[in-house]
Amino acid sequence: MEVIPIKEESDIVRARVAAKDMAQKMGFGLVDQTRISTAVSELARNVFVYAREGQVHLEVLNNPHNGIRITFIDQGPGIPDIDLAMKDGWSSSGSMGKGLPGAKRLMNRLEVKSEAGKGTTVIIEKWLS
Amino acid sequence: MLQSSAIPILKIGDFLLVSIQYDIHDKIAELLQQDILKRISETQAKGVLVDISALETVDSFIARSLADTAAMASILDAELIIVGMSPTVATTLTELGLTMAGVRAAVNLDEGYDLLKASLGQRVVDRRNR
Repeated sequence: MEVIPIKEESDIVRARVAAKDMAQKMGFGLVDQTRISTAVSELARNVFVYAREGQVHLEVLNNPHNGIRITFIDQGPGIPDIDLAMKDGWSSSGSMGKGLPGAKRLMNRLEVKSEAGKGTTVIIEKWLS
Repeated sequence: MLQSSAIPILKIGDFLLVSIQYDIHDKIAELLQQDILKRISETQAKGVLVDISALETVDSFIARSLADTAAMASILDAELIIVGMSPTVATTLTELGLTMAGVRAAVNLDEGYDLLKASLGQRVVDRRNR
């Protein structure tokens, strides 16, 4: 597993480049590599914007799906209403509100766990074939 | 604090040419927007070509920054054209839910340059006929 700390804006770029490299090595095609790096960029930015810092974990999935799993972990304020946060265009930070719903469309799986005041964990997966 | 994006903005005739050669982070995107608007104002440029062919990932932040820059350039009477977006990036942006509505695009610099010249010529004709 590869861990990328998110502490400053340039770490968002580091995270998406690392995810793209890993996806490429695993045999994902160019469009899927771009989907993965874009989803990582959106979600790593959420970590930076809402929690100021956190971590991105990249790992290879084997069972039941072959693919990549990326986990975003922060100890920020949490998401009060996950259903609302999954809606297109909803944002509490003045952004476009494409992060979570957009990342969900780009990936095969997206799961959000969040507790007010404790932090947020977002898991995304992209499967090979 | 950084004062400038350090991305070169070149002037050719009435137009500016900006080529983003590496994966930029959010702060650089914000600075580039300021730099482009400042150069439009300084040079009275009528058009801007922004080449993004080297960008492998364009997320919602960069996309919005480019769209905002185009809208602001338009207020300064300059037309901004996004050049060279890869088909992969276009696919991903659409899936992400971004339409880039109102932003003009061209497949390469030649096409972008022709578009700008045509639209500048049209503006001159419009003014004469007023």
